[in-house]
Amino acid sequence: MIRIQQDDFDIGAEVEALTKDRADIGGVATFTGQVRADDGLAALILEHYPAMTEREIARHVGEAEKKWPLLGVTIIHRVGRLTPGARIVFVGVAAAHRRAAFQACEFLMDYLKVHAPFWKQEERASGTVWVAAKSSDDEAARRWR
Amino acid sequence: MTLLYFAWVRQKIGKGEETIDLPDAVKTVGALVAYLSKRGAGYAEAFADTRRLRAAVNQEHVQLDAPVAPNDEVAFFPPVTGG
Repeated sequence: MIRIQQDDFDIGAEVEALTKDRADIGGVATFTGQVRADDGLAALILEHYPAMTEREIARHVGEAEKKWPLLGVTIIHRVGRLTPGARIVFVGVAAAHRRAAFQACEFLMDYLKVHAPFWKQEERASGTVWVAAKSSDDEAARRWR
Repeated sequence: MTLLYFAWVRQKIGKGEETIDLPDAVKTVGALVAYLSKRGAGYAEAFADTRRLRAAVNQEHVQLDAPVAPNDEVAFFPPVTGG
């Protein structure tokens, strides 16, 4: 399941939804990204390309399902204005064994970072600036090829 | 053709979306960038450095040599920064 939303999400409820009535799942790996208060950051403002975002993330999930035997994936990404401490992104992966769950979770986060059409602005007292993409993120995504 | 602009590309151009009639001579994303750059100072600034520019045709990431057709949806934006 893929959701793009302004609202916060409940990690426990998402894990519960992934695993409810499922005796075949042996583990769930989750990653939750949140806003870090770097250098006086007041907020992150996130925008995205609605028609493309879910499609692009669904493509990444399809690639993950080819690489690992997965039993469920949930990806949630928030948009709008988010203040330090707020959750931004959730990736939850269920599998029979931990290695597939851990690896697919990291793969999906790495891919989302460099391919999913989201853009962040950093808001400070001095104004707002667009966040520049990091080459280290490109490298992180490339190592899965 | 529908054109969409995001993040600082949108801010420099001053709008997020517009519709244009694609000239017959414009066959690729790169040629479209060159064509749009002549539409005004904001466009020229947004498209000045194609190394900082990314594009999608019909919601899929493409390179500058990708073909474009009159009914495509073409989006221009900076490298993505989600997650």
